[in-house]
Amino acid sequence: MGTLETLFIENLSKTYKAENGDVHALENVNLTIKPGEFITFVGASGCGKSTLLRLIAGLEKEFLGDIKLGANKIKGPSINRGMVFQEARLFPWLTAEENIAFGFVDKNISPEEKKKIVDEHIELVNLNGFAKSYPHQLSGGMQQRVSIARALVNSPKILLLDEPFGALDALTRLQMQQEFLRIWGKEKTTVLLVTHDVDEAIYLADRVVVMSCRPGSISKVINVNESRPRDRNSCAFADIKREIYKVIFKEESHLIDYYI
Amino acid sequence: MSEIKFYHPKTVLQNILATANKTIFNQLWLIKVLPPLILIIAWETASRLGYLKPLILPAPTAILKAAYYLIESGELFHHIGISLIRILKGYAVGAGLALVLGLLIGIFKRFDQATTLLLEFLRPIPFFAWLPLIILWLGISETTKTTIIAIACFWPVLLNVIAGVKSVDKKYLEVALILEKNRYQTLTKVVLPSALPSIFTGLRIGMGMAWGAVVAAEVIASTSGIGFLLMYSREMWQPDITFVGTFTIGIIGLIIESIFTFIEDHLIKWNKNNKSNNRKGRIK
Repeated sequence: MGTLETLFIENLSKTYKAENGDVHALENVNLTIKPGEFITFVGASGCGKSTLLRLIAGLEKEFLGDIKLGANKIKGPSINRGMVFQEARLFPWLTAEENIAFGFVDKNISPEEKKKIVDEHIELVNLNGFAKSYPHQLSGGMQQRVSIARALVNSPKILLLDEPFGALDALTRLQMQQEFLRIWGKEKTTVLLVTHDVDEAIYLADRVVVMSCRPGSISKVINVNESRPRDRNSCAFADIKREIYKVIFKEESHLIDYYI
Repeated sequence: MSEIKFYHPKTVLQNILATANKTIFNQLWLIKVLPPLILIIAWETASRLGYLKPLILPAPTAILKAAYYLIESGELFHHIGISLIRILKGYAVGAGLALVLGLLIGIFKRFDQATTLLLEFLRPIPFFAWLPLIILWLGISETTKTTIIAIACFWPVLLNVIAGVKSVDKKYLEVALILEKNRYQTLTKVVLPSALPSIFTGLRIGMGMAWGAVVAAEVIASTSGIGFLLMYSREMWQPDITFVGTFTIGIIGLIIESIFTFIEDHLIKWNKNNKSNNRKGRIK
């Protein structure tokens, strides 16, 4: 694994051209993410969280401002930034292990070495015995595990996750959150995770970035200093939650005509 | 105190029917075989009773006899063989060209734009409409038949290949982009596998068209092949042989279809929308 680097987001703005005028998806976003840090982004739908992630991934190339990994500007997709989407996006014609192996880019690795790395990652995401299964034979949670493994085989410096557990049922989601912390503990990459689940954001992150809508921008960055594993029912947890909700709803207060 | 039970005749009948339903009619093969069997028996009976004229509609047994004669003399397989070879030639040319052209159109935008008008214009012309021109150019030769078969199977293959390549999910392409796959890798590992079910549908429909085209071409312009057998026996007033020919076309079509289904099931077993899977999971 290469050494982790700091991610700099500087004066980042992104505008989509729509038929009835421009949509300001992101406006003047500034954030510095330390190597190995776990950041979660929360906010209402359409506040540009996913757009921000896509920009960092290099999937969108037209934007203003800078995104730098260490000293290098991000210009397009690269394997040093792995990505996991809400849908697992596995290729249905490949088995779980073949899907993971699809993640490899480095051609200098021998087939034996590849096999070893794939097996390690199957082990890492707890999918022993399912290597030869096709995606449609796996549950949603298992598919997402494969997807995470695929993103990890290149040992990326940054792992980007766009609502990775959003499509899973509530219990599986909790289980996957714990699992993901375990995986992160072993792989130690910088993680940027987008979610609309405030609990999830606090449970996972070192810092929670609360985003506001139209135009998408950062309202507040909240440090979570609790040690892991965190107790969702603790007082500190509830305090942070209250703080986040305050930020989110204060922002929308001008939309609400009355309070109960 | 025990009671004597009286069974109403209706209940008894219902019970018998229910048992029959369980034991006999629940057999899938029976349900499949019964209707044609009834049809054949009725047909045979009507023939024997003299309701059907043998020169118009020969009895099933007469058709069987004719089939036996044609098989024994080797005539039937001779004609089938000739027709099959024609199909293979025409299909290889037509489907092969369509496959290559379809991939080019699906992959290269410029190629697509350049061919759109031409293809839109040519596509509605039925393959049969080309026959007079082709006979004019090539006479009544083997090449004529190969060409007409090639044209017939060209379109379904082409259209399905294009649709398959173009309909690849953008989300998959993004995955390939993030994992730094080049154009070639994206094509072979993402686009083509995802287009495979559609390509196969095209090849299957194309084969059906080819089979239809060979018979049509042989009926019009041939001195051999299964289509010729049909036409010649009609001219000789041998409807029993005509029937053998017609049914043979059906049987061979069925066999070809089964071969395609078999290959498809084994090649594309990952496809959840697979035809054979649908058959199993059909809503009753």
